Amino acid sequence: MQKTPFIATTLALVCASLAATAQAQNIKIAVLQELSGAGATAGTNAKNGVEMAVKEINAAGGILGKKIETLVNDTQSNPGVAKGLATKAVDDGVFAVIGPTFSGSVLVSMAETKRAETPNFTGAEAASITQQGNPYIFRTSFTQTNSMPKVARYIATNLKAKTVAVIFVNNDFGKGGRDAFNKAAEAAGVKVVADISTDSGQVDFSAPVLKAKQSNPDAVFVYTNEEESARALRELRKQGWSKPIVGETTLTGQKVIDLAGEAANGAIAHVGLTVDAPLPLMLKFKAKFFQDYKYISDHNGIKGYTAVYMLKAAIEKVGKLDRVAVAKALHGMTILAAKEPGVLMDVSIDANGDLDRESFIVEVKNGKQEVKETLPPLAKK
Amino acid sequence: MTDFLQLLLSGMATGGIYAIAALGFTLLWQASGTINFAQGEFVMLPAFVMLAFITLGMPLLLAFGLTCFVAVVVLGYGFKRGIADPLLKFGMMPIVVATIGLAIAMRNGVRAGYSAEAHPFPSLFADKLFNVGGVTVTLSDVGTLAFALLLVLGTQAFLSKTVTGRAMQAVAQNTDSATVLGIDVPRMIFYTFAINALLACAAALLVTPTYLAKFDMGESLGNKAFFAAIIGGFNNSRGALLGGLIVGVAENLAAAYISPTYKDAVALVIFMLVILFKPQGLLGKKVERKV
Repeated sequence: MQKTPFIATTLALVCASLAATAQAQNIKIAVLQELSGAGATAGTNAKNGVEMAVKEINAAGGILGKKIETLVNDTQSNPGVAKGLATKAVDDGVFAVIGPTFSGSVLVSMAETKRAETPNFTGAEAASITQQGNPYIFRTSFTQTNSMPKVARYIATNLKAKTVAVIFVNNDFGKGGRDAFNKAAEAAGVKVVADISTDSGQVDFSAPVLKAKQSNPDAVFVYTNEEESARALRELRKQGWSKPIVGETTLTGQKVIDLAGEAANGAIAHVGLTVDAPLPLMLKFKAKFFQDYKYISDHNGIKGYTAVYMLKAAIEKVGKLDRVAVAKALHGMTILAAKEPGVLMDVSIDANGDLDRESFIVEVKNGKQEVKETLPPLAKK
Repeated sequence: MTDFLQLLLSGMATGGIYAIAALGFTLLWQASGTINFAQGEFVMLPAFVMLAFITLGMPLLLAFGLTCFVAVVVLGYGFKRGIADPLLKFGMMPIVVATIGLAIAMRNGVRAGYSAEAHPFPSLFADKLFNVGGVTVTLSDVGTLAFALLLVLGTQAFLSKTVTGRAMQAVAQNTDSATVLGIDVPRMIFYTFAINALLACAAALLVTPTYLAKFDMGESLGNKAFFAAIIGGFNNSRGALLGGLIVGVAENLAAAYISPTYKDAVALVIFMLVILFKPQGLLGKKVERKV
């Protein structure tokens, strides 16, 4: 009788420690995404991408023999909630954090992951995120500062344009892009002959387009939000514009194509990631994602998926579960798709956590985006 | 020169739409002393109703017809009975505040129901281009301008040439005398509200293909229409047309020849000049309002 409690306690302790070691066997990743609110589409895609990658890795034996466990949380597209969830995640001792996708949310939540020295992957695109010297933040996509040089280089070498007119929208998004583009254009030897500001929500684009025409450039670069892009495309068509119309991501988005109709045909844009990329790995990803979730992933799905594989590659390179060492290893690392197919495309991470890889030029044909060309990474000439 | 003509023409098309909305403003003011700050939203709502009918598979013109009916009931009768009638007896201020509130409610109602995204809207006119002496003209520019002119002049003819129109004017000038003369005053006032609703529908039909159907599309339109009405003369229907065209053209020219940044300020500057030097508006007559 007296022995029973002792045995029970011992058993309980053994069980507990077993459970604890079982826990320690798992690599915990916090997935903080916009699952409701304004960012719901982006966040849900990203979450699905992450979960698909985790399932694959676990089925193949995990990382260093350990399984990955995801803790999914909804930031409600709210920076305050995102910060709270990031605090909770690092208190739970997660190995890495993936998300949030909204720039405003990452900018406040990444302070928590930095404090806890936890690698944090984000699909957010604001340039300032990686300019604050935070050694634990890593991107899964391009920013304006590294996509614009690609656009400029494309205009200079492929379109053989000497001059370009820039039509941009006068808000943070537009001004940031315009500054980055103008700098990049100068570096690529393309002269900006007209620098035309438009208002957010502007309806009549006849004056800006006329100004662009008067400057007689070889191409026009349009960097506005979705609705204004559609209006600009319509006005360009109306005024008989026949030279190339170039943009970055937004210009050839499906929403713009729907709004602009016929006038969108022929517009060219640079996109960082697209499931339509002519790469076997990307097509496999697209098919598998569709099979699992019954819809076609957008670029945020790709971002979430590749984030997990970037983490995997870094952990395997370090050879042990050490957050600080993994973060250090990620800086300056190049992951080849041949070695780690999950990254889908060869990718290099620089000292700030920004990335460089191939990207694509798409053209709108018959109301659909079509990949026209693949651009080499910036570092490669 | 061709550039100037190009800008002039697209400015006039835009101005024509401002004029239709401005005409609604002046009519309501003349007939009932109502200033409707939800005028822009009165254009936005029919756009979404039309979109809903189109989604059900109706052709554009049938959708427009049905929308006109809905608008007369909701924006005409409903607005008059629900907001104008109960509040007008307390003076002008309550109705101004109430219509501002109504505008906010309509915007956010549509945003909640239809999402904040912009929706494409079919154009009444085919996507055709003409080239006249170096100026590119679209069928929709010309059509919009013609349609707007027709509406404004038609409304005016109705007011001055028909018995009902004259009765409405009599009510506007002196309600008491009109009652003595045996005019059904409440009915005439309702007609004004109904015409305002119909004008809003027509404006929606013309403006939405370029503005795109979006919850906040009425905001700037309402402001411009208000400026146009003041500039042209609040008590003259032809003034609305003139005011609308002036605002539309001046905006476009300023964007091209001064700076796009000042585009929206232009209407405001003209508005202030008119208020300072000719407060009754360019075509308005000085009227001593009855006390």
